Amino acid sequence: MSELVWLSLAEAAERLERREFSSVELTEAVLRHIEATEPKLHCFLTYTPELALADARAADERRSRGETGPLLGIPLAIKDVILVRGVRTTAGSKILENFIAPYDATVIRRLREAGAVFLGKLNCDEFAMGSSTENSAFGPTRNPWNLDRVPGGSSGGSAAAVAAGQCFASLGTDTGGSIRQPAACCGIVGVKPTYGRVSRYGLIAYASSFDQIGPMTRTVRDSALLLEAIAGHDAHDATSSAEPVRPYAWELDQPLAGLRLALPRECFGEGLQNEVRTAVERVVAWFQDQGASVHEISLPHSRYAIPTYYLVATAEASSNLARYDGVRYGLRVGEEHGLLTMYGRTRARGFGAEVKRRIMLGTYALSAGYYDAYYLKGLKLRTLVRRDFEAAFTDADIVVTPTAPTTAFRLGERTADPLQMYLSDIFTISANLAGLPALSLPCGFDDQGLPIGIQLIGRPFEEDRILAAAHAYEQAHDWARQHPNL
Amino acid sequence: MALDLDVVRNIAHLARLELTPEEEQLYLAQLEHILGYFSRLDEVDTTGVEPATDLCVKGTEFRDDVVTNSPSVEDWLANAPSRRERFFRVPKIIE
Repeated sequence: MSELVWLSLAEAAERLERREFSSVELTEAVLRHIEATEPKLHCFLTYTPELALADARAADERRSRGETGPLLGIPLAIKDVILVRGVRTTAGSKILENFIAPYDATVIRRLREAGAVFLGKLNCDEFAMGSSTENSAFGPTRNPWNLDRVPGGSSGGSAAAVAAGQCFASLGTDTGGSIRQPAACCGIVGVKPTYGRVSRYGLIAYASSFDQIGPMTRTVRDSALLLEAIAGHDAHDATSSAEPVRPYAWELDQPLAGLRLALPRECFGEGLQNEVRTAVERVVAWFQDQGASVHEISLPHSRYAIPTYYLVATAEASSNLARYDGVRYGLRVGEEHGLLTMYGRTRARGFGAEVKRRIMLGTYALSAGYYDAYYLKGLKLRTLVRRDFEAAFTDADIVVTPTAPTTAFRLGERTADPLQMYLSDIFTISANLAGLPALSLPCGFDDQGLPIGIQLIGRPFEEDRILAAAHAYEQAHDWARQHPNL
Repeated sequence: MALDLDVVRNIAHLARLELTPEEEQLYLAQLEHILGYFSRLDEVDTTGVEPATDLCVKGTEFRDDVVTNSPSVEDWLANAPSRRERFFRVPKIIE
């Protein structure tokens, strides 16, 4: 039954529907595969096989009562910054090492209603801050294509688990590229929805004007199915949009003729790995052959995207992470020395180096005397980055870039230089600054056998269009059928 | 606007982070390096540019302010590092 784990989510759903196997049988096959591969990879921070089998039995029972649906009985796993009631949720941090989620995030509630099976919680950079999953307080995850390489980050556990066949899909979160960059590193599909498309209720906040939850899957159709299930307005998240959710999976077959693609010249300059450039150019040529038009554009403020993001996002993080003070939940250290010492010592002991660095940077950007020069300047640059995209989208439907400048780098290669690590997100960050939907799609391998990803960025709430274009490309190529040898 | 150890210590105090002397030195060097790269923002004249304070395309949705069932008090207190009865327990702050 081990070949079952390599089915796409949609194929597994069809075969469950035809009663070729039960959800319990499917889940058991997945659990065996996790147990065989996990010692090499370390994708899971909390593994819940008993809960998964209980979910599977409940799904089989629902099906026997006549229920159907694309997620009924499908084993999924969840990035460990999203609350699953009764299950430990750590955000990859010592400060939440023993935190048990007291409620379900809205996305989890919706997936439960759809009958999903939850396998456990996936590794990530601490509080989703990082691009390699090396900032997890519980040790890194390894890239299934090459165990000496990082899986990307911050949703590295989510990407590696999907690529390794440990689940049919996972949820990740994307604040500056944390779904798309690991998706590219691990050769899977990752979608960051429009800001406001998916409720963040029950998501541990990093930077609230950026954070979005999104699907990570082996095929575009699977991402479409999962997005449809989790998207939509939620009274518990005032920033979630009332814009109607489209039937993404039904709308995948859209004609490519007449589609207008724009290539920002700033994304094809120095520092781009040659094989990445070649692979992306091949995809663009393929779209042209199908009748799409392609033109070059400029996003003149993209050279400011990294500093803009790191000023605004860290400012928000310094405020969001003020809640970890040892009072209501999480670690508490030094209470015998009084309240102020308790705060300072709890946070010193509980947070890792990158989280402290970002809190320091954000506090500085917001502090008296520096606010105008840093935080306010960042917000103004954010307006200019958004305007660049508004101009680009007046005569383009999709902006195309590489997802990351290089394929997956080696463990330890960038940990000594935080700025070098920040530059891993250079192509993904702009979509977060502008709130736009964007996805990463596998489009080949470099000569080391490491996956390459291409990024498609769409207009607000036009997830359907980028998914359809990605689906057309995927159907004509066999990248989605290639799996790592583990 | 140069960074120095006093500024780093003040930020750490504002952020309630107890840093070791080694960490103070490390963050001073790293923040200087990072902010050096960020100084490219000075190239852009942002006079008259509105700050981006609202990313929601159609604005925020409002809802009625009604009481709903959130997790129980017991659920919330279950994660407390220290508690007494139905309260979080903290060190004394007023002598």
